[in-house]
Amino acid sequence: MSANLSAIFYLISGFLFILALRGLSSPETSRQGNFFGILGMVIAITVTFLSVGSFSIGLIYVLIFLLVGGLIGTFIAYKIPMTAMPELVAGFHSLVGLSAVFVAISAFLNPEAFNLGSPGDIKLASLIEMSIGAAVGAITFSGSIIAFLKLQGIMSGSPITFKGQHFLNALLLISIIILTYLLCSSQISNFFWILIAVSFLIGFLLIIPIGGADMPVVISMLNSYSGWAAAGIGFTLENTALIITGALVGSSGAILSYIMCKGMNRSFFNVILGGFGATKQSASTENKEQRPVKNGNAEDAAFLMKNASSVIIVPGYGMAVAQAQHALREMVDTLKKNDIKVTYAIHPVAGRMPGHMNVLLAEANVPYDEVFELEEINNDFANADVAFVIGANDVTNPVAKTDPQSPIYGMPVLDVEKCKSVLFVKRSLSPGYAGIDNELFYKDNTLMLFADAKKMTEDITKNLKN
Amino acid sequence: MEIDPFIFRLSIFILSIFIGYYVVWSVTPSLHTPLMSVTNAISSVIIVGAIIAGLAGRSDNVFTVSNILGFLAISLAAVNIFGGFLVTQRMLQMYKKKKKDK
Repeated sequence: MSANLSAIFYLISGFLFILALRGLSSPETSRQGNFFGILGMVIAITVTFLSVGSFSIGLIYVLIFLLVGGLIGTFIAYKIPMTAMPELVAGFHSLVGLSAVFVAISAFLNPEAFNLGSPGDIKLASLIEMSIGAAVGAITFSGSIIAFLKLQGIMSGSPITFKGQHFLNALLLISIIILTYLLCSSQISNFFWILIAVSFLIGFLLIIPIGGADMPVVISMLNSYSGWAAAGIGFTLENTALIITGALVGSSGAILSYIMCKGMNRSFFNVILGGFGATKQSASTENKEQRPVKNGNAEDAAFLMKNASSVIIVPGYGMAVAQAQHALREMVDTLKKNDIKVTYAIHPVAGRMPGHMNVLLAEANVPYDEVFELEEINNDFANADVAFVIGANDVTNPVAKTDPQSPIYGMPVLDVEKCKSVLFVKRSLSPGYAGIDNELFYKDNTLMLFADAKKMTEDITKNLKN
Repeated sequence: MEIDPFIFRLSIFILSIFIGYYVVWSVTPSLHTPLMSVTNAISSVIIVGAIIAGLAGRSDNVFTVSNILGFLAISLAAVNIFGGFLVTQRMLQMYKKKKKDK
């Protein structure tokens, strides 16, 4: 296949990838979009096989590895529970990163295969692109591994900080630039290996100071990095499909990080520099006076909701942990049978990744037109009878609107306190991620339901049916 | 003077960033998780580089370091491609318009 023809096919697959993202603008067109994505991928892979043309013995191995990876991927895709989506995505990002590193090394060792010159005499531009691809890929890999471990709970979600951390990171980042320069001017391969090693280290150091609840930003950021890594490799291989895709994914991840940061009213750098929630914890334990809260049980909650005419559900990460989405749906079904209007309010940073809550509710068969974003629903709280907060905390804290001293001041929050009554399902009175007390607990119209989210929801449903 | 092909690729890159910017802003927030999994799947188009690496070289020696790295990269990317598209499909299936409750 001629180079021009294959370039056109790569362009087509890049175009199909754009359509794949375009499809996600509404749930109706999304499945078609995914199909376009698959089609684009099939075209890109087929064209690559045809353009290499040499069907040597290596082809058998290529197909075997393709098949093995494909089977593993298929298996994971069908087995993974929806609550584990953040871990899965983090894990997948690490694979993109690592394969970018492998491709870059492979191109470095065997530049002839990619038309980049000969070993020790690689074209300057290619060398720079390769270094960028490898470095960003390595950062994506080790960063995603740490994010994965934190999300999976293997590693503690609390930030790990030490003195001189930012200085060390800055130093390492500068050394990347210096190493790239040395590599390009001398073509000595050792610089390339050190460059990759340092990049792995940066990815690791960059993510350890970031706490569990900031993971939505981290995952989006790593998503973006995996795109830039792909683009870097795309320049090396002079492949349009990779360049287009890399740019799409890179900007997609960047936008998601931006949306997540805005949802917390924090700057990107504030999140990335990390340590949030670690320092404030001590302060909140000191002035811990026991303030009275109203403590309720499932019966009280059922009574309140039965007499309501509209209920707004506010889910958070706790719902995912307790796997309470199905129980919640059942409760809502019972409420609807009693002609009570039920809607869901989702804060942009609820959960551990963008859109996390929406997927869980969709899994539990909640129609998506009952689920609303913060701006769409925030005015409705004043007219609602009951707000049912399940597994969310900081995103409902009115302090964000009233107390300029608070670390979460200015963060957009759901106006839960405007409801006639608030039901708050929580395991204990402990403060949320930001390490600050939630004023909502102590309001007169708040009823605290101390229990596991799933258990409590099931009990309420029982009481509603009686 | 002839224009370096690199400039053309750079132009494609920059314009694609703009396309990505507008397309992604139009994605509805409730589909942000599928967006992440599908972007993950399509960024695994890096597999084209892995295939070239895996098929490179002479047929009497397919186990050079560069080939083996290519093979490994192929399977990593394949996990992502199959896993990413299928899990997206699984999620999107759940967003099907449900019949209103009786």
